[in-house]
Amino acid sequence: MYVAVKGGEAAIQNAHRLLADRRRGDRGVPALRLDQIVEQLALGVDRVMAEGSLYDRELAALAIVQSRGDLIEAIFLVRAYRTTLPRFGYTRPVDTAAMQVERRVSATYKDLPGGQLLGPTFDYTHRLLDPELANGGEAEEPAQRDAQPERMSRVSEILAQEGLIEADGELPDDHVTGDITREPLEFPMERDIRLQALSRGDEGFLLALGYSTQRGYGRSHPFVGEVRIGEVELELDVPELPFAVPLGRIRVTECQMVNQFKGSAKAPPQFTRGYGLVFGQSERKAMAMSLCDRALRAREMGEDITAAAQDEEFVISHSDNVQATGFVEHLKLPHYVDFQAELDLVRRMRAEHDAREDAGVAETREAAE
Amino acid sequence: MKMDRRQEKDLEAARKAAMAALALAPADELKRLCQEAGLPGDAQMLRGPETGLVTVRGRIGGGGAPFNFGEATVTRATVRLATGEVGHSYALGRDKEKARLSAIADALWQDPSRRAAIEEKILGPLRAAQSEADEKRRAETAATKVDFFTMVRGED
Repeated sequence: MYVAVKGGEAAIQNAHRLLADRRRGDRGVPALRLDQIVEQLALGVDRVMAEGSLYDRELAALAIVQSRGDLIEAIFLVRAYRTTLPRFGYTRPVDTAAMQVERRVSATYKDLPGGQLLGPTFDYTHRLLDPELANGGEAEEPAQRDAQPERMSRVSEILAQEGLIEADGELPDDHVTGDITREPLEFPMERDIRLQALSRGDEGFLLALGYSTQRGYGRSHPFVGEVRIGEVELELDVPELPFAVPLGRIRVTECQMVNQFKGSAKAPPQFTRGYGLVFGQSERKAMAMSLCDRALRAREMGEDITAAAQDEEFVISHSDNVQATGFVEHLKLPHYVDFQAELDLVRRMRAEHDAREDAGVAETREAAE
Repeated sequence: MKMDRRQEKDLEAARKAAMAALALAPADELKRLCQEAGLPGDAQMLRGPETGLVTVRGRIGGGGAPFNFGEATVTRATVRLATGEVGHSYALGRDKEKARLSAIADALWQDPSRRAAIEEKILGPLRAAQSEADEKRRAETAATKVDFFTMVRGED
């Protein structure tokens, strides 16, 4: 028999109070300010914005403090906050060719127009811990070099001149841009919806899947055509104004992955592409996203679907870390009734099993006698 | 006097550029400039200031079909001046005072007799600061540009 019970109210209250205390930690240590997090833990903030799918640095910093630095918890907080706000509309698509570039490298062309701009990168560092930083080490002012503003064309436009690369991904004219925040996921899905899911997908999950394609599970021979980071302008069409109203700028990371493709029944040999576009400075994520985007185009390309990274339903259904953590972590909540039922079932099965065993033993004995 | 189509377009472009400078402005800087310029600080609020979301779009491959890739916070406001002009503001972020001041500046800008003052006292300094910051960033990035040189090995 199971009797419904309730309780734990005081325990929960005190647990939350304890959490608040542990979150604050030693009161002798100054409390973190949000601007410190925005300025000095900027890439953590960017990750929370990208996967929380909300561009707002201060809110992301607040979420990081509140979650004690647990980024998935912070992403959860940001997603929850998002649902409390009304929606003003959809911006015009950002123009990444007009980006204020802060970093731009290509692994396929050495001398591309605009050049290789390393920007603030961890690449080529020796990955040695810097003890100076433990004492707040001051940084030098960055070097400067004269430069004129220029529109930096995308590397895909260079290959396009030879006709050896597929065009930017077009969808039929009558296609209405999908929005996973409005409609439930349905499979198979169009590439625009997949990209939306990937852009806010878990970096670790997409990184592992991208890596798996490099190791041979759905191999796609990738090259980084280009990675660029910088600010792009946002504009919104509103009924009260005769022009698209400027909203300001956001920093994004874009990755153009170029993949060798030996052709299929549907297309001639050429380079194909995977695309990544992510909030903030999130290079690893944008690269992983573009690898997954390309792998998930297997059906469209007429390729055999043999690997996890090519399985749309598998990848997209499991890429959201808020959903994933919700379902995994709910296992620790009380399941007393479910378990009681399971326990009864296992007891009964065990009794039947034992009875069969006993009967079997008895039979063998009789036969032996 | 009726404006021809061309003048109207120019005026729209100028107003859009003004709204762009206001949207990019750091909130504290805008508040300081408005105070120093002695702008009429009160206006009838017709809407907001209110914070909401916009869904941000990109294009597949950079130039292909649009897709949504996330949301951003935006705050907007609409005001009416005693003299009748209606001003709007939209900007990323959640600063309501910035939205209110920007809407007032937009309304004042529409009055030809006050436009020059807004351009000089508010928009001018904002644009100067913005382009200085952009230039600095561009120069810092340019310093990280790779200069390749060829290593000649062996005879000819």
